[in-house]
Amino acid sequence: MSVRRLDPNQPESFAFTAENVEWAKGQIAKYPEGKQASAIIPLLWRAQDQHDGWLPEPAIRYVAEMLDMEYIRALEVATFYTMFNLSPVGEHYVQLCGTTPCWLRGADELKEVCRKHIGPEGTVSADGKFSWLEVECLGACVNAPMVQINADFFEDLDAASFERVLNDLRAGKDVKPGPQNERHASEPAGGLTSLTTAGQPETGGGN
Amino acid sequence: MPKLTVDGIEVEVENGATLLQACEEAGAEIPRFCYHERLSIAGNCRMCLVEVEKSPKPVASCAMPAGDGMVVHTKTEQVKRAREGVMEFLLINHPLDCPICDQGGECDLQDQSMAYGVDGSRFHENKRAVEEKYMGPLVKTVMTRCIHCTRCIRFSQEVAGVPELGAIGRGEDMEITTYLEHALTSELSANVVDLCPVGALTFRPFAYTARPWELKKTESIDVMDAVGSSIRVDARGSEVMRILPRLNEEVNEEWISDKTRFVWDGLKTQRLDTPYIRENGRLRAATWDEAFAAIAARLKDMDGKRIAAIAGDLACAESMKALKDLYASLGSPNIDCRQDGAKLAAGNRGGYIFNSTIAGIEDADAILLVGTNPRIEAPIINARILKRARAGGLRVGVIGPRADLTYDYDYLGAGPQSLKDLGAFADVLKNAERPMIVVGQGALARGDGAAVLAAALSLAKSAGAVSGDWNGFNVLHTAASRVGGLDLGLVPGEGGHDVAGILEGASNGEIDFVHLLGADEIDMSRLGSAFVVYQGTHGDAGAHRADVILPGAAYTEKNATWINTEGRVQLGRRAVFPPGQAREDWTILRALSGVLGKTLPYNDLAGIRAAMEEDAPHFAMTDVVAPADEMPSLSEGNLDAAPFESPVKDFYMTNPVARASAVMAECAAGRAAAARIQAAE
Repeated sequence: MSVRRLDPNQPESFAFTAENVEWAKGQIAKYPEGKQASAIIPLLWRAQDQHDGWLPEPAIRYVAEMLDMEYIRALEVATFYTMFNLSPVGEHYVQLCGTTPCWLRGADELKEVCRKHIGPEGTVSADGKFSWLEVECLGACVNAPMVQINADFFEDLDAASFERVLNDLRAGKDVKPGPQNERHASEPAGGLTSLTTAGQPETGGGN
Repeated sequence: MPKLTVDGIEVEVENGATLLQACEEAGAEIPRFCYHERLSIAGNCRMCLVEVEKSPKPVASCAMPAGDGMVVHTKTEQVKRAREGVMEFLLINHPLDCPICDQGGECDLQDQSMAYGVDGSRFHENKRAVEEKYMGPLVKTVMTRCIHCTRCIRFSQEVAGVPELGAIGRGEDMEITTYLEHALTSELSANVVDLCPVGALTFRPFAYTARPWELKKTESIDVMDAVGSSIRVDARGSEVMRILPRLNEEVNEEWISDKTRFVWDGLKTQRLDTPYIRENGRLRAATWDEAFAAIAARLKDMDGKRIAAIAGDLACAESMKALKDLYASLGSPNIDCRQDGAKLAAGNRGGYIFNSTIAGIEDADAILLVGTNPRIEAPIINARILKRARAGGLRVGVIGPRADLTYDYDYLGAGPQSLKDLGAFADVLKNAERPMIVVGQGALARGDGAAVLAAALSLAKSAGAVSGDWNGFNVLHTAASRVGGLDLGLVPGEGGHDVAGILEGASNGEIDFVHLLGADEIDMSRLGSAFVVYQGTHGDAGAHRADVILPGAAYTEKNATWINTEGRVQLGRRAVFPPGQAREDWTILRALSGVLGKTLPYNDLAGIRAAMEEDAPHFAMTDVVAPADEMPSLSEGNLDAAPFESPVKDFYMTNPVARASAVMAECAAGRAAAARIQAAE
């Protein structure tokens, strides 16, 4: 964690697309009259989605006005939650888990890959394709180490497979989310160690 | 009513009271940073930890409701250790600024660290540093000192009603700021400095000027508006260094407006410190004897009808009493204390005071504001209305200027016609148990003011606002002197002229002599060729026009009486002496009376106060509101169609002291610039 500030370069203005306005109305309608401010997080999230993955200052004001909130209240929310990006991100935004299980399983190696292929943490690569950030646990420890790229998890990475994913993304090729080794989901890495027989479980099993 | 035991003492507290309140009830002192009686509970500083039997961990007493049968310990080793732990964490990032910090000497953190601080730190990493935040000309920030108690945020939301402070970021990186660092816009903004338990928010105009322990504290009364907030004037030598609020539940609780607080630099500039006489068109410094002789020469054998006197907005009751007696003895019927021309009659106080009282606002369930914007005319009263509104179940209606009052209201119309046609709000008033009608000077200082007052009073009566135990008819004044002046009868006598008449008379030559007692808010160009005596404190409009200037004492420089809009008699006390040759105002008038051969029959403060009590017995009862006996019956008249306007055009510039203040000028300029930007958008 570090101090989070609004980006020095901000767009002139921000407005939801007509489609998003409709969607926002639906979100606001979920809350009782007078409590519309409760819709702040989904609206900011949608604004971030619409605005290439980061939340500009005019969007914070726009959402605050939409919800009849003080600007400062919306800014509090936007700066509190680290999933709101206050500065531009790359087209493929890599969130790299550096928490203990991933770190033990080689997250440092993945960071090196990021530095080499993307650049310093928190900056957008020259071609605008990538940016990366170390984040806290993303909850896929069983497949450590892992990264999240935009909405997808890429798991069981090592330097080589991670480089391959990044290169494929840069080349515009399709990539397969999930474990990048032969493993299926979070099953044991060397194949099943139990439940190896299909059909009925053995009867009379003790402990 | 839970009963509990605190340190072996059994106490019974109100339902819903917190453990902290119960501990205080039992006489135990609980340290705290975030907790404040008048704000919502945050429970984030953890300093108020106490031990509760059967609870596995220490309990934050501010956020824990007192329960029946609880056994609380506040002085055990565990409590001490827990608080020391909290303090150690708070001090991790707190800089060792005390020697250069303006909060030094009155800092909660400093005080409490004497009891719970440890002598060294186990923290070897770098301390956090936080960028300063701009909050306008009044509040200076040193944000590295902030301990995240959030009192300022809660104040701006809950008391000031302008939620513009917030906490951005999180955890250690949390920072208090306004949106994109705009200046605070509330009229009560500087109260956040009083609330700040550390030196993160301090008074910008007071920065590095004095230490609290070298100041002489004088408890006094504010005169910037008609609320009469209780203040403490801190002075060093002959200088007022700052003004702070004083607790007064009946009036200002513990808040004061920014104007009340920061007007002090106006007390040092533009002061009249010696008498002046105009000779050959130019003012020259003179002695008191010369000044009095010039007045006496002018008044010699003058017909009383050609003499007039006007009392200004800051005049104390003593000086008005002397003014009235002096000019009555000269046979002048032309005297007035309503320089804005408000159509209020003397006598029958019920017709011109704030009968419900300020604390009574909390009992009201419907309020109709007529021709007033209390936010700028009396911010303290507006804060009370907001407090009542936040408690729920209050309906507010507004006739007059449409402004942001910080609470929701029904807008009923712009002018007096709406008094006759309230629409749905008529039922609100009728069904309310304790309705209030507040009539501002914007509704009274106009041609049809008397008719508006009559219409408002008859509305109050018909809505049941005036009954045995509840008087909901209120006049909100803007001038500190006004109620006192009306109580003393400073209104035109038989055949006399009011302010408008005096100006008219002066410009067409019927009036030759005008005495202005601190009256600066009249149109000086209409005084024609009259001989003008200006008695006051500042070189403002009146002094520029004057033929003789008599330097008086400002409100911090005299022992004097003011009556606030409620009719509460309050005593101001002298904090410093008037500058140079200036004297207390009633003594000037007493001396002048001797020169004129009409010596006034009182020689000391006790004497003039006894004379005031003869005029109005309630002058003997300080700090209480003497209820009005009965309401006047006023005759209705024709109502104009013109919309009401608030008499306060610029909150920061309402009187000579404020106009002389550089801080107030900066505030006014900032506000004007913000308004221009808003208009441009």
